[in-house]
Amino acid sequence: MSTSLLADHETTEVLDRTIITRPSLRDTIDQSLAMAWRALKKMRRNPEQWFDVTLQPLLFTAMFAYIFGGAISGSVEDYLPIVITGILAQTALTACMATGIQLREDMDKGVFDRFKSLPIARIAPLVGPALADLIRYATAATLTILTGLLMGYRPGGGFVGVLGGWLLTVFAGWSLAWIFTYFGTRARSAQAVQGISMMVMFPLTFLSNAFVPSSTLPGWLEAFVKVNPVSLVISAVRDLMNDGALTANVGWALLGCGIVVAIFLPLSVRSYSRKM
Amino acid sequence: MTRVPDTDLAVAASGLVKTFGDVNAVDGIDLEVRRGEVFGVLGPNGAGKTTTLKMLATLLPMDGGEASIFGVDVRRHPHMIRQLVGVTGQYASVDENLTGAENLWLFGRLQGLSSSRAKATANDLLERFGLTEARDRQISTFSGGMRRRLDLAASLISQPPLIFLDEPTTGLDPRTRGQMWDTIRDLIREGSTVLLTTQYLDEADQLADRIAVIDRGLKVAEGTPDELKTSVGSSTLQLRMAEPADTTPAVDVVRRVLGEEPVLTPEAGGMNAALTDANQAADVLIALRQAGLSIASATVQKPTLDEVFMAITGHGAEDETDQQPRHEMEVAS
Repeated sequence: MSTSLLADHETTEVLDRTIITRPSLRDTIDQSLAMAWRALKKMRRNPEQWFDVTLQPLLFTAMFAYIFGGAISGSVEDYLPIVITGILAQTALTACMATGIQLREDMDKGVFDRFKSLPIARIAPLVGPALADLIRYATAATLTILTGLLMGYRPGGGFVGVLGGWLLTVFAGWSLAWIFTYFGTRARSAQAVQGISMMVMFPLTFLSNAFVPSSTLPGWLEAFVKVNPVSLVISAVRDLMNDGALTANVGWALLGCGIVVAIFLPLSVRSYSRKM
Repeated sequence: MTRVPDTDLAVAASGLVKTFGDVNAVDGIDLEVRRGEVFGVLGPNGAGKTTTLKMLATLLPMDGGEASIFGVDVRRHPHMIRQLVGVTGQYASVDENLTGAENLWLFGRLQGLSSSRAKATANDLLERFGLTEARDRQISTFSGGMRRRLDLAASLISQPPLIFLDEPTTGLDPRTRGQMWDTIRDLIREGSTVLLTTQYLDEADQLADRIAVIDRGLKVAEGTPDELKTSVGSSTLQLRMAEPADTTPAVDVVRRVLGEEPVLTPEAGGMNAALTDANQAADVLIALRQAGLSIASATVQKPTLDEVFMAITGHGAEDETDQQPRHEMEVAS
């Protein structure tokens, strides 16, 4: 029934039952998908969860372009290639902040007691919502790009470049969400997650090259901006969308995202398991 | 494939300890639940009932002691324990955003049922628990009783050999409570082993084969409901004298008639006396009349949890400031 990779679980006999000793990878995937299904149902029934990924991209794109366009780049059209890619990263970050807050809210509900009491892989209740949230990151990225196009943004990378930038944004959102998921498993309340997340998100977004070229900043700030993972993602997205170039920046961005996942995913699972 | 040797004990726990800060919420509890029995854990709010259950269900780590379920070590094999125990919590643990059918389907899928099997099981359970008309309604529209029934249904999906019921009727109105009892009785008839916690003596009396009384993290008594009730008398005579000055002579009369010391209550001239037979109340009243002591009121009541606590621990169930030493007392073995 399964391949060698998706090896069957080990079992033990207790009474006249066959009990699974450890969940197999296949069990874990099935359980994560079931949890993703639950998260999607929940999203569909709580439309207010969509405000941050629908209204915000529309509003922020227009607002930032018209306010800063003239001052920073001389004209709104010239500013669009900078601001669209910046807002892409910003909305993805806001969306993944919501992932952590909603996880915390969810964990305070009774149903999480049941999830904990069920024989499921401890990672499933975390991976499920993370998978479902891919839809939110995709929505935010799509709407930001569409708003930009309507305002006159003509990406030099063409369709393939834009698609690449879009994919990278969604992947970055998914990766960085593990930071906020970790806060979600650690903090005492959803408000606390919101507070901590804001303090992390604002410096990450604004102390980056999202809205202004980093060369205009004082030296010490420029140094931080250059190593900020959000800057890495934004530079890569700019290379893809504006130049259609698969540069080293793309590699750095992927590596940065990978490192974030490698650190915060295990931390989240450990902290979630310990909460029981 | 290994095999855990069969044991007659569904739950074997010794010296369970759980500490929250400086407080020992559970302070060394031993529990033995035999296969096929309904075991009640009785105690007031904050006694450590839910904490004990949560440790056994792997929802809280144990700070001390040993526990095994059907011979499987709780600490070492949490994943296996979760397949042997179905938990129904004090607060319904179902998803507000999903319908009744969706909830059961999800829990079935999470426990390895195929999509169609999960759907069939969900339909069976909804029918069995009288929730068919609510299958496509979101839980947020359910009444308290319906939620509890759905919650109980959810813990039966994998037909676990042991079921934990944590205060299954707390907060329900009397009618819904009766329905819940019927549902639990059906479950018991099918031969499940049940470990239930409750604050209500009558609930333990109605459902349990054996009861452990828990107070401040310690087991203070254990026995069948009959044995426990015998220790407090079958009912209580609540007396209030017309003249507070008559209290002392009235206590003498009651002691003479019943052969037991009545317990004075806070209001002036009030006392409670345990009766082995409700008809003894008449003897007491006649004796008081003959002694020329007049009463303001007299009531005969079935024993309450508070009186069980009075009798066993020497302090009331809510009286947490009482400094009397605790003594372990085996009502029966």
